[in-house]
Amino acid sequence: MTVSTAARTAQDLAAAAKDVLGVSRLTNHALTTWLHGLPGVDQVGCEARAASLGTRSIKTSAKAWAIDTAIGMIDLTTLEGSDTVGKVRSLCAKALVPDPLDPTTPRPAAVCVYGDMVATAKEALADSGIHVAAVATAFPSGRASVPVKLLDTRDAVKAGADEIDMVIDRGAFLSGDYLTVFNQIAEVKQACGDAHLKVIMETGELVTYDNVRRASYLSMLAGGDFIKTSTGKVSPAATLPVTLVMLEAVRDWRELTGVQVGVKPAGGIRTTKDAIKYLVMVNEIAGEDWLSPEWFRFGASSLLNDLLLQRQKLTTGAYSGPDYVTID
Amino acid sequence: MPPFEYAPAPESRAIVTIEKSYGLFVDGAFTRPKALFPTINPADESVLAEVSQAGPKDVDKAVAAARRAYEGVWGRMSGAERGKYLFRIARILQERAREFAVLETLDNGKPIKETRDVDVPIAAAHFFYHAGWADKLEYAGPSPSGAAPPRPHGVVGQIIPWNFPLLMLAWKIAPALATGNTVVLKPAETTPLSALLFAEVCQQADLPAGVVNIVTGDGTTGQALVEHPDVDKIAFTGSTEVGKAIARSIAGTPKKATLELGGKAANIVFDDAPLDQAIEGIVNGIFFNQGQVCCAGSRLLVQESIHDQVVAKLKRRLGTLRVGDPMDKNSDLGAINSRAQLDRITSLVDAGVAEGAERWSPECSLPAKGFWFPPTVLTGVSQTHRVATEEIFGPVLSVLTFRTPQEAVAKANNTAYGLSAGVWTEKGSRILWMADQLRAGVVWANTFNRFDPTSPFGGYKESGYGREGGRHGLEAYVTTAPASLSTSATGAVR
Repeated sequence: MTVSTAARTAQDLAAAAKDVLGVSRLTNHALTTWLHGLPGVDQVGCEARAASLGTRSIKTSAKAWAIDTAIGMIDLTTLEGSDTVGKVRSLCAKALVPDPLDPTTPRPAAVCVYGDMVATAKEALADSGIHVAAVATAFPSGRASVPVKLLDTRDAVKAGADEIDMVIDRGAFLSGDYLTVFNQIAEVKQACGDAHLKVIMETGELVTYDNVRRASYLSMLAGGDFIKTSTGKVSPAATLPVTLVMLEAVRDWRELTGVQVGVKPAGGIRTTKDAIKYLVMVNEIAGEDWLSPEWFRFGASSLLNDLLLQRQKLTTGAYSGPDYVTID
Repeated sequence: MPPFEYAPAPESRAIVTIEKSYGLFVDGAFTRPKALFPTINPADESVLAEVSQAGPKDVDKAVAAARRAYEGVWGRMSGAERGKYLFRIARILQERAREFAVLETLDNGKPIKETRDVDVPIAAAHFFYHAGWADKLEYAGPSPSGAAPPRPHGVVGQIIPWNFPLLMLAWKIAPALATGNTVVLKPAETTPLSALLFAEVCQQADLPAGVVNIVTGDGTTGQALVEHPDVDKIAFTGSTEVGKAIARSIAGTPKKATLELGGKAANIVFDDAPLDQAIEGIVNGIFFNQGQVCCAGSRLLVQESIHDQVVAKLKRRLGTLRVGDPMDKNSDLGAINSRAQLDRITSLVDAGVAEGAERWSPECSLPAKGFWFPPTVLTGVSQTHRVATEEIFGPVLSVLTFRTPQEAVAKANNTAYGLSAGVWTEKGSRILWMADQLRAGVVWANTFNRFDPTSPFGGYKESGYGREGGRHGLEAYVTTAPASLSTSATGAVR
């Protein structure tokens, strides 16, 4: 799996944005006009569609494919104040050998940690191909000055992070200051260099689906390689209808600009059943081009073990139990 | 092969036992099967069972049983007691939901996800809802304040179509029983099995003999029921053609009637609509139940400025529809109910193409056996085309455009029918204005094909008269006589 994201400067991104908007100057007014001109999202219809996709019946060979694919899409995550070097190493060991009973088990896509744990994770994962993702920009609240956010980002990249998960300034977004949100994302993207940028919108704080759609477009316009639902620190975190709106956004964005952007729901996805519902949605909304770790990720910790249990069940025909999968 | 290929997920048919042949359900018991005709699975043309063709004498016995039950038991029973039976039926329907869903899918051809998630649950909901009305009619029912309590008509003849066999049965039987009437019901010729299973439910619920009678057969059975002199009211759902014949047949008699007939609904999409949900509404409007829905949104009226965008999105969405084995839990579209209906759809679509419409269907492989028609979009349709005026009753969407809200209303109303309409816009004031202007019994705003027992349903113009569901629906099953004519609250007086 390769992530081919060219480094882009904030200036480049602003120029590209003006092009998309068809304006000569990127002002807050231009952004507002554009974002508010997007079709609205009807809450009832959106939730009904998500629920109806949730009734797909995924069995046997399809289930086996979905479980392995979902495992390969996980950003195995620990984001606690209590994280230690030992805890992070242990998580990395789990990523390297998810199921010691079955060496054919795929590995997750990345391990996701706070910036100060990047070096530890990098060392533990070595050249396994598993990426190290770091949360940055004063995660989870994002309430810090721009220089601090940029330093936070550069620090993680310097320590070897392959991917940066930033948070947007929700305060700026909710007050209608879209230009500030745009500029921060673009600058963080520049600070990322070759690292992949995931933009966390914290949809639980944006509340409406209209806001989710606008924040998705704004994040893509500003150069995000992925749009991500949540930090996992705010409830509700990822939901099916929110992810549905985001999948529609990346689908339509590619049609509009030719650029493909990934989607990462994070937080609250704990079971195989849930993960499969998300994959069905990816398949039927964004399309099969998104069905790979390059374009879809799960931000999760406990999900992996449930997928492993279900995988064992498919292989052996019997449920084992929580003591037959390892805690990280 | 696509990376995420859904493996077959067939629902088991083991849960339901289908007899080799069925008699009629008269006076609480099944008669000996005779004059048999087959009912087939439209998905593979296999014979499911043989059912009896009821003749005039059979209808006469059924009506007589219903009359005895009305005068002897049901018409005299208190509302609270009637309600208990209805609650019991509702609960049994829920308990046997999977059985009904499987049987309905086999006999009708519609996908199991629809029978499981729509037909059966809403059928049960109708019994629950009307069970609640049974003991409240005297003070909260359709009679004006201070007037005598509403009285039942007596024996009701009910004729239902093949598109929602169990659900239409529930729409008919639940309000009739709640208001104290007894029933002779004729299911459609091609879909009699769920009604016969419902007869078992009546037995299981200990419903007094004769309160519900079920006579199977073709149009002549229906005609015998309509013309029977001892039937007090006819409730019919089906084609406008048959509806007119019924109206002619009972003209000059004291029989009451409600007719729920055809439709050619406009689904109107404005340029400020929530587009992704509007696409879902269009799909649901015309491809739900293979478009074999009287209130189907068969005419898409889309504002000209977004026509290309909407059609492109719609086509992409139709590419993900799964057409095939109705018993597979992942099938979105199943089989057309009969060869006759398939032929009708085919010939109307051919006529549309001959008149200049452009035909489009997504790539899909249809099973070799059975009655199948792919989801189809006709673009470039004009008001004068037959596909814009005649009810196709199949998975075929005619796309037309409009420029202004006034033109949308004019085109939407420019039809002989008037059953339903849909409006898609984020502007609340426009929704209210449109709802006021549209001559349709149901107007859905930013949704389509939503059914609820509390909401009255019925048409304008050639879509029929009378309402079903809600408080309005009760009116069709009672007489609200002035106080001076009132005798007692039991309602057993004719």
